[in-house]
Amino acid sequence: MSPRIEVAALDCLMLRLFDEIAEANMPWMLAANERLRAVFGEQLIDLVPSYTTLMVHYDLASLSPTQARELIAESLIDLSPNARTRGQCHVLPVWYDLSVGPELGLLAERSGLAVEEVIRRHSAREYQVFALGFAPGFAFMGLVEEVLAAPRLNTPRKKVAAGSVGIAERQTAVYPAVSPGGWNLIGRTPTKLFDRNRDGYSLMQPGDTVRFEAVSHSEFIDLGGDDTPLETLA
Amino acid sequence: MSRLTITASTPLCLLQDGGRFGVRHLGVTQGGAADWCSMSWANWLLGNGLDVPVVEITLGGFAVVAEEDCLLALAGADLGAQIDGEALAPWRSFKLSKGQTLQLTQPLHGARAYLAAPGGFAAPKVLGSSATVVREELGGLDGLGLPLARGATLSYEGQSLGGREMPLELRPDLQSDTPLDLVLGAQIGQFSGQSLFDVFNSAWTVDSRADRMGIRLLGKTLQYQGQPMISEGIPLGAVQVPPDGQPIILLNDRQTIGGYPRLGALTPLALARLAQCLPGKKVRFTPVMQEEGWRKHKNYLKSYL
Repeated sequence: MSPRIEVAALDCLMLRLFDEIAEANMPWMLAANERLRAVFGEQLIDLVPSYTTLMVHYDLASLSPTQARELIAESLIDLSPNARTRGQCHVLPVWYDLSVGPELGLLAERSGLAVEEVIRRHSAREYQVFALGFAPGFAFMGLVEEVLAAPRLNTPRKKVAAGSVGIAERQTAVYPAVSPGGWNLIGRTPTKLFDRNRDGYSLMQPGDTVRFEAVSHSEFIDLGGDDTPLETLA
Repeated sequence: MSRLTITASTPLCLLQDGGRFGVRHLGVTQGGAADWCSMSWANWLLGNGLDVPVVEITLGGFAVVAEEDCLLALAGADLGAQIDGEALAPWRSFKLSKGQTLQLTQPLHGARAYLAAPGGFAAPKVLGSSATVVREELGGLDGLGLPLARGATLSYEGQSLGGREMPLELRPDLQSDTPLDLVLGAQIGQFSGQSLFDVFNSAWTVDSRADRMGIRLLGKTLQYQGQPMISEGIPLGAVQVPPDGQPIILLNDRQTIGGYPRLGALTPLALARLAQCLPGKKVRFTPVMQEEGWRKHKNYLKSYL
């Protein structure tokens, strides 16, 4: 880790901890996240972690850029990850099926694996939540096995169903709500990822981990899943 | 409680406030008035807190009828406001009597006008704010992120403390050609020397591809020579340069993280000015150091005291 503090805007500084995406970054990112929140207190407006960086948006009315920089430096003193800064682990049930995950076939073809094997491998790993972005509750997770990696679709879909599970390069994610999207879709989860009435709003937070669990169609429906085929949404 | 009925509106007429904060790490955007200075002045004219809910009217096409006698205030763009057909200049509070219609017709100077009411317009807070973000289905009158619709009712509970008019010398000049202050960011050194020259020595034209997520500028092609970036947090006003070399300035409804290289970010004051520019307007940039920009900002905030 080689921390750098960079200028992002008049009221934002970028704390850069790493230069590459890696699962091993996350304990450090979480520790820095916790420290920054404690050190800035009320003077913090927003803190946006993403893969290798934490963007600190501070209150211009009470802190000068120099003071903010000093607070960030202070938060890095003797920084080390500890057990307390581990995220939660979530298990997301997924109905993997061509009708809701039309790129299952494509991924099987690209990898030379059977569809069942693609499903087994996608649901075998525990993924890290690197960042939330794109839409409320949309978690960028990884890393999926190299053999399952696939580029985004050339033409993004105008409408992707809520709960759709996708792969882009070596990342995987779930669309929390209906939206446009260019990820390779492989299944659907009935779990609600973003709920304005839930404490904390988002099921997942940066630093959490996620496991996908394959479920049958009837289990998916019992869990409240909506099996409307993707093509009828468009 | 006093009420107004909306008799004309467009998808660009939105309830806004200072924005939604403390939830950006969840992928929730900031939202809020695009020209925060004019929103603050609209509220100041009524003695409100500076960031309570107002109506943001972009380009006009908005009208309300007063159901009771109301005291309101208008700041920001001159959108050809009229009361029952009589011209009404912005930057002042005014009385709208029961049955009278306030109408904002078309952009004469600037793009966005702000209508304020005593204590702020009533609206539920969703994730801490009433700011309408249509894409995220958050905020607005019903909390579901819908634009203000014809037939809907705006209401407010506050008492009018008497009106104000803005001193002439404090009114922002929406036509100003003063270059926009740009705080240089971390990737600035990875643009070509020619690009750095062009950024600060040529004019940039506001494109028609402009909304509350971002405003595209057209001009010389800028060349980024650094490594591809890993997505990171995007501040308000960030000037990002996608592969086509034409900068996009990110506004209140931008995505929370992104991976295009950036020249830096406009200061909040410069961004408020840009938010008032119509397509075709030419703008220029000037570099500003963080500390210097901060002093200017603090000084400006004093004008609301």
